[in-house]
Amino acid sequence: MEPVATTFFFYLLSGLAILSGVLVITRKNPVHSALALILTLLCLAGLYLMLYAPFVAGVQIILYVGGIMVLFLFVIMLVNLERSQKEKQFNQQWVPGILAAVALGALFVTIYIKGGALFVRPEIRFPEAENTQQVGQMLYSNYMFPFEIASLLLLVAIIGAVVMAKKKI
Amino acid sequence: MAPITTIHYLVVAAALFVLGVIGVLTRRNVVIVLMSVELILNAVNLNLVAFSRIWGLHGQVFAIFVITDAAAEAAVGLGILIAFFRNKETVNVDEIDLLKW
Amino acid sequence: MPDFITNYLDKNVHVTPGEYGSPFWALVYILVVFGGVSMAVVCMNWLERKILAHMQIRLGPMRVGPHGLLQPIADAIKLILKEDIIPEGADRFVFWIAPMIILLAVFSVYTVVPFGPTHAITDMNIGILFMLGVSSLGVLGIVMAGWASNSHYPLIGALRSSAQMVSYEVAMGLAVISAVLMTSLNAEGTGTLSMIGIVHAQYAQHVWFIFKFFPLGLIAFFIFAVAMVAETNRAPFDLPEAESELTAGFHTEYSGLRWSLFMLGEYAAMIAVSSIAITLWLGGWMRPFPNLLSGPTWDLAFSFFPALTFFGLAGMTFYSTMRMPRHSFFRVQTIGLGAFGAVFALIGLILLLPGVNGRIQDIYWFIFKIAVFMYLYIWYRGTFPRYRFDQLMKVGWKILLPMGIGVLMLTGIVALRTELWDFMHEALRRLVHV
Repeated sequence: MEPVATTFFFYLLSGLAILSGVLVITRKNPVHSALALILTLLCLAGLYLMLYAPFVAGVQIILYVGGIMVLFLFVIMLVNLERSQKEKQFNQQWVPGILAAVALGALFVTIYIKGGALFVRPEIRFPEAENTQQVGQMLYSNYMFPFEIASLLLLVAIIGAVVMAKKKI
Repeated sequence: MAPITTIHYLVVAAALFVLGVIGVLTRRNVVIVLMSVELILNAVNLNLVAFSRIWGLHGQVFAIFVITDAAAEAAVGLGILIAFFRNKETVNVDEIDLLKW
Repeated sequence: MPDFITNYLDKNVHVTPGEYGSPFWALVYILVVFGGVSMAVVCMNWLERKILAHMQIRLGPMRVGPHGLLQPIADAIKLILKEDIIPEGADRFVFWIAPMIILLAVFSVYTVVPFGPTHAITDMNIGILFMLGVSSLGVLGIVMAGWASNSHYPLIGALRSSAQMVSYEVAMGLAVISAVLMTSLNAEGTGTLSMIGIVHAQYAQHVWFIFKFFPLGLIAFFIFAVAMVAETNRAPFDLPEAESELTAGFHTEYSGLRWSLFMLGEYAAMIAVSSIAITLWLGGWMRPFPNLLSGPTWDLAFSFFPALTFFGLAGMTFYSTMRMPRHSFFRVQTIGLGAFGAVFALIGLILLLPGVNGRIQDIYWFIFKIAVFMYLYIWYRGTFPRYRFDQLMKVGWKILLPMGIGVLMLTGIVALRTELWDFMHEALRRLVHV
């Protein structure tokens, strides 16, 4: 089965992702920033689907958009001060920050122009009906140890977050 | 139009990375700084998944681990923020400049 | 006929239009599903008020049409014509976009709902993961609706509602995992997350998963059934939106068309999570007793059910037509009700035709099971008292979550009992010998 209108969807999704990325870092209201970040994450999930990675797209939607962004919205509602929105929104070191980011961008552009010939291996066509099964087999055979460590990490994070946010320990 | 190759995805990921770096370095609101960090992590994920189309499924598995770790880190970071906010009533990075208050 | 229309209608095509790659037919299926769900929501509105009323020994709406049949249409017209009020100080953009996010999340779920082996819009490899993930996007809409209203009742209602939904999603996920685990008991040893694949696994193992490894399938179904009622904020878990508690919770400040979008989203979410339960445990589109009463005669007997249902509905309508008062005031209503009954009888006759009868079976049984679930939802609302919020959270975290983990572990052990037995035997043998 051939995909439909790949270039159109790629330019639409990536343009929308970059545009909402700009909105994330420039909005005064943190709730609007969070909404723009949700849009970015959903566009990225679409890009993962185009890269024949449906399992990663599903995990991105469940964990990132359905979990982490809900957490962010809860915390924004808890710490949302009206007076913080009327102050300046860029900090004192914004000029060196922009310069550093521009230098980083120039570095990326140089690497991609000079080293573009490295990325022309033929693409593997994964059979899409088996992506979950193959990822699952890899997780449980090659990556078993990181899998268990990740579950331990999540346990530590849960305990840490609860302890941090309690009023009295 | 040219067919979409891996380089296209890498350029998008680099753009998101640079936007995230600008957000971390220039914003005052701590919550927006944390959201820019999430933007950086997502750019890295896009890079990993784009390369996994050439080099095998390892990139996708790594991306899943990155998402899991981002969830843990966001939870702990926001917990620290709430603990800080309870003491000092501000979310400005410029005002969080004392080791002990 | 252009090629892009006819190449999907070929007799050798046995996949969904999404898998086949036909955008035209995928769009047709999307429009049919969207229209069907909207019609179902309208019917649910009337059915809920009538059934709840009859359970409380009263009559419900009787005035607007014969037996209140035109009540939902009157409600819809009223809501569309109402004044659109936005509270002062509300964030206008977020206030506007919150109902749309809920609707987008809920209706996107229908992309993978399987009404039949090829009667779905598409069949993703990650079907059940997609459904759970996208339905969790509804929480974002509720949080934004409560926050944007700039008023404390909606804010508390939104926080409570989203905390409740997030808690019960964990229990739902565990129940779903134990059902997906049962799909992997085939020759290759690999299960599947795709919705059509799960129903095919039930067909191949000749048992509905609710009856598999009795009582483990039943307990997993029970956990999912309780969690799905809490997930959709329905009674008895409707504290965040009950009138006597929080003056309608997160949709307090919404009026007119925006409120009707919330209501549409709630009923559509009910149908969506019911279809997850039906696909995973109740055999999807398969008729009852596929194994116990099998064979062509039983197939023929069960194939008359769609027509019999519509004839039964027509019979009830004709009966109430005859009981209408014989007064000139009710003449139009009596004629309308009689025509409604005639429409039901006509549909029943159409469903008796052999060409239609063969194709309608899967869709009919799926919709029949959804109707049973909708009746259960209304029954719960009429029967159970409301949970207090701390009791609600206690049930979600301290009762359903341990039950879910226990069911998952026991399902895994029972599914692999022969391998586990061999493994322990081998380990014991090596210990004793060495």
